[in-house]
Amino acid sequence: MSSTKDPKTKNAVSRRGFLGGMGIGTGAVGAGLLEREAIASPAAATVAGPGAAPITLNINGKPVSLTAEPSVTLLDALRNHLDYTGAKKVCDRGTCGACTVMMAGKSVYACSVLAIDAQGKPIETIEGLPVDNPISTAFVNHDAQQCGYCTPGMVMATKGFLAEHPNPTLEDVKNGMGGNLCRCGTYMGIRQAVLEAAKNMKGAKNG
Amino acid sequence: MQSFEYANPATVQEAVGLLSAKWGEADVLAGGTDLISLMKDHLHTPKRVVNIKNIKELEGIQKTAAGIRIGALVTMDELAKNADVKASAKSLSDAAAAIPSPQIRHMGTVGGDLCQRPRCWYYRQGFGLLAMKDGKSLVPDGANQYHAIFGSGPAYFVSASSLGPALIALGAKIKLVSAKGPREVAAASFFVSPANETSREIALHPDEILTEILIPPATVKSATYEVRQKEALDWPLATASVTLTMRGNTVASAKVVLGHVAAKPWDSAEAAKAITGKAITADTAEAAGKAAVASASPLSQNAYKVTLARVAVKRALLEAAKQKA
Repeated sequence: MSSTKDPKTKNAVSRRGFLGGMGIGTGAVGAGLLEREAIASPAAATVAGPGAAPITLNINGKPVSLTAEPSVTLLDALRNHLDYTGAKKVCDRGTCGACTVMMAGKSVYACSVLAIDAQGKPIETIEGLPVDNPISTAFVNHDAQQCGYCTPGMVMATKGFLAEHPNPTLEDVKNGMGGNLCRCGTYMGIRQAVLEAAKNMKGAKNG
Repeated sequence: MQSFEYANPATVQEAVGLLSAKWGEADVLAGGTDLISLMKDHLHTPKRVVNIKNIKELEGIQKTAAGIRIGALVTMDELAKNADVKASAKSLSDAAAAIPSPQIRHMGTVGGDLCQRPRCWYYRQGFGLLAMKDGKSLVPDGANQYHAIFGSGPAYFVSASSLGPALIALGAKIKLVSAKGPREVAAASFFVSPANETSREIALHPDEILTEILIPPATVKSATYEVRQKEALDWPLATASVTLTMRGNTVASAKVVLGHVAAKPWDSAEAAKAITGKAITADTAEAAGKAAVASASPLSQNAYKVTLARVAVKRALLEAAKQKA
């Protein structure tokens, strides 16, 4: 029942695996065909599209290939082409933060990055975090979610924030999490979770 | 989003060769925080998207005898953290740091901030840049609480740029390059209030790329003050950027530029005049604020912005006065 499961390790029955198995997520079904280890990086082409083009992404340390039009966003590539459904599609206009992933070590909105543009930059999604990572654990401890739909984005934003601010004050947390919205309004719990994660990550050295 | 050809040039020369003499054919992609949303909403439907992020010459911030040069690809995050900018153009640094989303600061670029399209909801919902219906703008009698309080139309949207007011107040220059060569425009003439539906709110031509900004060397005090509805990700309701050249304790010369109150950043000569020759105190700053909004002409729902603009000018002046120069 983990939301941080690697989509390739189908070793437990999860709600998502179940839905995918039911054929509701076409991305989940198609992913087995589309997701494959890249053989070599595509040659640096000056022009691609408008039709589908080969794209290679580095997701959670693994090269992953897909074929998609240049107009496909990183978020749609992750969710619809590759079955990384942790990053959520909510506003799809770069204003809510639910699609937050790390790209080249910085938090970004995956809905506002073209997949073809994300090539050559390491991408980290919530699926790349271990289930018991200090951030997710702190979110659980502080009941920092209600419906949970903003949570993967909040967790990734927290990771980006704490990388830059390992000793944050509450005020720092308020500002540093300003790119993510929670429509349930669970900000009090989220802020406490970020503070606790900061404390625990210091203890764990590399977090 | 409509399908497009994606080009990935490595030099400015190569990039401008991929643009078109006509708006709508090709769009320049940098951080993507605005363009990708515009394309999803079919407000921009380019046949070609020219990604400029791999053009090395558009990166970096350098301080030289000619001033501070800021490449178009510098992100808001880099700008906010740069020590040279903080030391000699605090108002610009503050404006970048005030963008309340780390994700936007990581992605959004200086060039993109200046070239972003208005946030006006009529424009964003497909009513056109000027929201004209039967020869008349829908805005003055419509939902205009976030619209302009200065200017006499026909554009009632507000310039969305965070950096524009500070750059104008600092006397910055903006470099634009086309296949024919480079040209420089003053930040003050970069922003324009469009007269008709097919013109743009910036002086950039469709076959040009904004490549860099140059802030002239000067010993000034500067500050930006923003008024927002909420702390998290949003555009400000009103801002003021001030640049002051001091003679002892008195203001020798001043620039006061308001943001988010007109179709372009609003250079208030009245506010500058009100503070020139005076020491900055709560009273003189208040008087400058009043002078700044004396000619405001709010619409049916946005008189409250007149108060916000007045207070923003006052607080920006008081903030700048605290700096060493």
